[in-house]
Amino acid sequence: MILVIAEHRDGRLNRATWETITAAQQLAGDQPIAIVVAGSGVQSVAAELAAAQVQEIVTIDNPALAAYTPDGYTAALHQAIQQLSPSLVLLPHTYQTRDFAPKLAARMGRGLITDVTAIKGVGGERAFVRPMFQGKLTADVIPQGPEPHVVTFQIGAFRADQAVRGQSAAPVRTIDVTIDASSIRQRPEAPFQQARQSVDLSQAERIVAVGRGIKGQEHLGLAQQLAEALGAELGASRPICDAGWLPMERQVGSSGQTVAPKVYVALGISGAIQHLVGMKGSNVVVAINKDPDAPIFEIADYGIVGDLFEIVPALIAALKT
Amino acid sequence: MKIAVCLKQVPTRDWQPRLDETNTWIRESDASYEMNEPDAYALEEALRLKEKHSGEVVACSAGPGRVAQVLREALARGADRAIHVEHDGLASADAFVVAEALAAAMSEERFDIILTGLQSDDQGFGQTGVVLAERLGLPHATIIMEVAVQNLSVRVKRELEGGWFQWVTMPLPALLTIQSGINQLRYATLKGIMAAKKKEIRKVSPPSVSSRTQKIAGLYVPEKTKKTQLIDGPPAEAAKELVRQLREEARVI
Ligand SMILES: Cc1cc2nc3c(=O)[nH]c(=O)nc-3n(C[C@H](O)[C@H](O)[C@H](O)COP(=O)(O)OP(=O)(O)OC[C@H]3O[C@@H](n4cnc5c(N)ncnc54)[C@H](O)[C@@H]3O)c2cc1C
Ligand SMILES: Nc1ncnc2c1ncn2[C@@H]1O[C@H](COP(=O)(O)O)[C@@H](O)[C@H]1O
Repeated sequence: MILVIAEHRDGRLNRATWETITAAQQLAGDQPIAIVVAGSGVQSVAAELAAAQVQEIVTIDNPALAAYTPDGYTAALHQAIQQLSPSLVLLPHTYQTRDFAPKLAARMGRGLITDVTAIKGVGGERAFVRPMFQGKLTADVIPQGPEPHVVTFQIGAFRADQAVRGQSAAPVRTIDVTIDASSIRQRPEAPFQQARQSVDLSQAERIVAVGRGIKGQEHLGLAQQLAEALGAELGASRPICDAGWLPMERQVGSSGQTVAPKVYVALGISGAIQHLVGMKGSNVVVAINKDPDAPIFEIADYGIVGDLFEIVPALIAALKT
Repeated sequence: MKIAVCLKQVPTRDWQPRLDETNTWIRESDASYEMNEPDAYALEEALRLKEKHSGEVVACSAGPGRVAQVLREALARGADRAIHVEHDGLASADAFVVAEALAAAMSEERFDIILTGLQSDDQGFGQTGVVLAERLGLPHATIIMEVAVQNLSVRVKRELEGGWFQWVTMPLPALLTIQSGINQLRYATLKGIMAAKKKEIRKVSPPSVSSRTQKIAGLYVPEKTKKTQLIDGPPAEAAKELVRQLREEARVI
């Protein structure tokens, strides 16, 4: 049996769970699939998931799980896995998964393969494909040791809309677990968004985004000039905001803004997955990078391989004619 | 307060990948190395905690002899001493194996707080810190952007997706995985580098390297999937052509 661990916040299902269901269906062959939802008052999430073509939805409903904590989730899911004895446990590679899945796998003494983008056969064995070395290399990884193996899938690697829906709703079953509330050591507060400030990049029609290739804060003016010539807003990759060169609100990516402009010009940005998830909905992507193997060229429509300090001034000049 | 920070040595950012003859690992001898980026922020946070609450900072790294370089760098930036879990196999080992090797070396120290990076730039498991916490029986929190120690507990700001955050409080001792950008880094001073020469790097061997939980069957340069229209030529001409295409074909400017 394959077990998918669903993710939700306050009763709202995370769409990435459907991507994991797609992956599970592709892996299953004739194995049954179950989806487990842990929380407090998760019946509506369970009902939503029951639309999937799977054997069953298993709920763990416990007041100790009302707010997500890694201690609570690990205790609950560990018991669920012991009761259900799956051969594979699958999750979307979200921040919440990063927070508890290694603990869960460690408690079970099982391997955890993270950030998987594809599944393939290698010499008669099933291998999970994942990026390594910042996407410069790809690895085919085969889990070792006893089952269940735990695998997390990169966001966007499988398509939510390809999850097969069942003809009728899958049955929902509740299982009992015991959670000693005093064993949960984390005391979480309510999630909050830092006050939005002057720019809303999600509404921008054109964006010029700078990455570490810009080298120093003193060169930002060059990117700013290009942005002005294009009528674009300035965006950035994370390291630029980490260094304090631009405010956080201009950061594009998984921990920043999600943008979808008509044109996105990436200057000296390598194209890490956490950046790409924030901008791959752009209509046209232009990349300027000195490294022809930079992953940004995997998604760019137009590209110039070269030194941005030569190309950007030339672009500004060309835009003025 | 007794503070530990886990530092991984990884290939430098501009390293061009070269594979070894098995095509399952890189040619380690070809690479040049540096401190994993989020680990540098974890080290800085450890130094700031020490400045505020006094105590000591112990830098820990697991790997072959070469990883002593990041430990020396940490000592130069202000760490008090270092532990090197030395074993050649640890560079290519999985997160479980590494976490177990670190746990064996760190458990008897009884640290009040352990900081790691959230993810390594080479293997990129995003697991080692959390597994280490489980092995040491400590509570943890991941992707941390602010740390406030209050008596016997710690309140931390966790980064969630899409610009959301959350405060979490837990008792000490605890383990935190630190996100890049939590603070502004300091660099080693000449005085720090001189002082580091007198500081101790204790070498320990892992009790036994535990059996791996995953095997790399193949490592390769990713296949190109989408064809970017690459525009070449000298900068001025390439720029003109790009502008023409954006205006006339893509019609986005
Ligand atoms: C949990 C998590 C969340 C994250 N969230 C985000 C996020 O929201 N947004 C984000 O961006 N990142 C995020 N990251 C970080 C991400 O993994 C990358 O580290 C980051 O995106 C890299 O930024 P970069 O491309 O600017 O830098 P690098 O990867 O260092 O790339 C710099 C590029 O510039 C090129 N270059 C250098 N000099 C020149 C030159 N003179 N001319 C032209 N090109 C040049 C180089 O070839 C290289 O490709 C996150 C990471 C984690 C683990
Ligand atoms: N060999 C190692 N030695 C010391 N710390 C490590 C090692 N491997 C991983 N870490 C720590 O664990 C974090 C996460 O690494 P990873 O699980 O490989 O993504 C890193 O940022 C380091 O702080």
